[in-house]
Amino acid sequence: MGRVDFGGVVKRVCLDYVPEVVVGDYTIVHVGFALSKIDEQEAVRTLEVFRQMGVLEDELADGEDAFERAAAAPMSNCPDGSCAPQVLKSTVN
Amino acid sequence: MKYLTEFRNGEIAQRMAREIASITTRPWKIMEVCGGQTHSIIKNGIDQMLPAGVEMIHGPGCPVCVTPLELIDKALAIAAQPGVIFCSFGDMLRVPGTDADLFQIKGAGGDVRVVYSPLDAVDLAAKNPDKQVVFFGVGFETTAPANAMSVHMAKRRGLKNFSLLVSHVLVPPAIAAILESPGNLVQAFLLAGHVNSVMGYWEYPPIAAKYKVPLVVTGFEPLDLLDGIRRAVIQLEAGTHEVENAYERIVTFDGNQPAQKMLAEVFEVTDRAWRGIGVIPKSGWRLSEAYREFDAELRFHITGIHTVESPLCRAGDVLRGAIKPAECGAFGKECTPRHPLGATMVSSEGACAAYYNYGRFLSAEELATAGSGLTHA
Repeated sequence: MGRVDFGGVVKRVCLDYVPEVVVGDYTIVHVGFALSKIDEQEAVRTLEVFRQMGVLEDELADGEDAFERAAAAPMSNCPDGSCAPQVLKSTVN
Repeated sequence: MKYLTEFRNGEIAQRMAREIASITTRPWKIMEVCGGQTHSIIKNGIDQMLPAGVEMIHGPGCPVCVTPLELIDKALAIAAQPGVIFCSFGDMLRVPGTDADLFQIKGAGGDVRVVYSPLDAVDLAAKNPDKQVVFFGVGFETTAPANAMSVHMAKRRGLKNFSLLVSHVLVPPAIAAILESPGNLVQAFLLAGHVNSVMGYWEYPPIAAKYKVPLVVTGFEPLDLLDGIRRAVIQLEAGTHEVENAYERIVTFDGNQPAQKMLAEVFEVTDRAWRGIGVIPKSGWRLSEAYREFDAELRFHITGIHTVESPLCRAGDVLRGAIKPAECGAFGKECTPRHPLGATMVSSEGACAAYYNYGRFLSAEELATAGSGLTHA
């Protein structure tokens, strides 16, 4: 058993399935068991890829294309994505 | 918290959604398998960020929801017996059986307890040698290592008063069953990342090849989900069908080897009934021969169970992805999280609870009507 800090709350957690973890590692914990060590290098790499995604496209956007994007912001109470009429409301007003 | 908030960045999420829109030329239906992912999608409005035509179908990956009514009734019958301490995760307590739920059994004098971990139930058994301690072991491959360890520890400690009421279910046979069902609409799957943290994804390439369907191992944060959807759409548009890993910080191809070794020792594959779906061959785990003595169903010999589902509840259709929760006539009326008719409204991973808790009350039809009203305003 080990001690895992859940953002301030410390709980006893079974570490038998993750013998590779050391003090200071991040893990995924489910019902009192650590199941996987978080690979920090992969996390950083993935975030870097995400940050780059669409950046150039954004910088080059203008005119009608950029306007359509602004209008296509997410809305509430729409289970199937068919919320186009609510966009019209803001246009009418 | 590290590696959590970064994956919730709204600005990057918007850019990813636009990228998905830019590569989409046709309508696609993608199923997220896991109920945890369903909640994240609805809570964060991920489905509403997608281009028209790209639809998320909510899968049956909510263990509480697919646990058969018969097993709930067995749990109630065992929990009501004198001399039994019945332990469970909290979200099983309000799941309605035919006549009652576990809360009502406790109210009537049954010793029902919520534990954080199955190991807590093992400790209870050691401390109460004059009682029978039963743990309600439901769940997918994510929860199975914990339940397997509890039985393993009970055996090692020589505890004769601990048993497991088991209804473990498995993701790969469920995906195959969905793909083989008549009228299946699902064209790609987001795999449940935390199931894969245990099992890896070595089981999935044969499914992708056989059914020609893209499978993407996906996480739970908004950016994880958008990336999983993005990769699925890229494959669908290109006509490829590979298994991809979009959750590399957690999941490896081989998965957690010590956990898989324990699972192979404690469990064996069995046919399993899924609530709302029916029996899926080889879709679950039961205790293996070496651990059979810890099976609560054998220890308590519960017979005479007669189950009756609520006629109003359409949880089965929701679990199959045939309807969205708000399209059920009882949704938000006879059926709410406080008074649920079906397990999909109870569980923290149930699709109906997700729609209720995040305010998705309108059916597709009502939305269309409300929408036309607005255009005339």
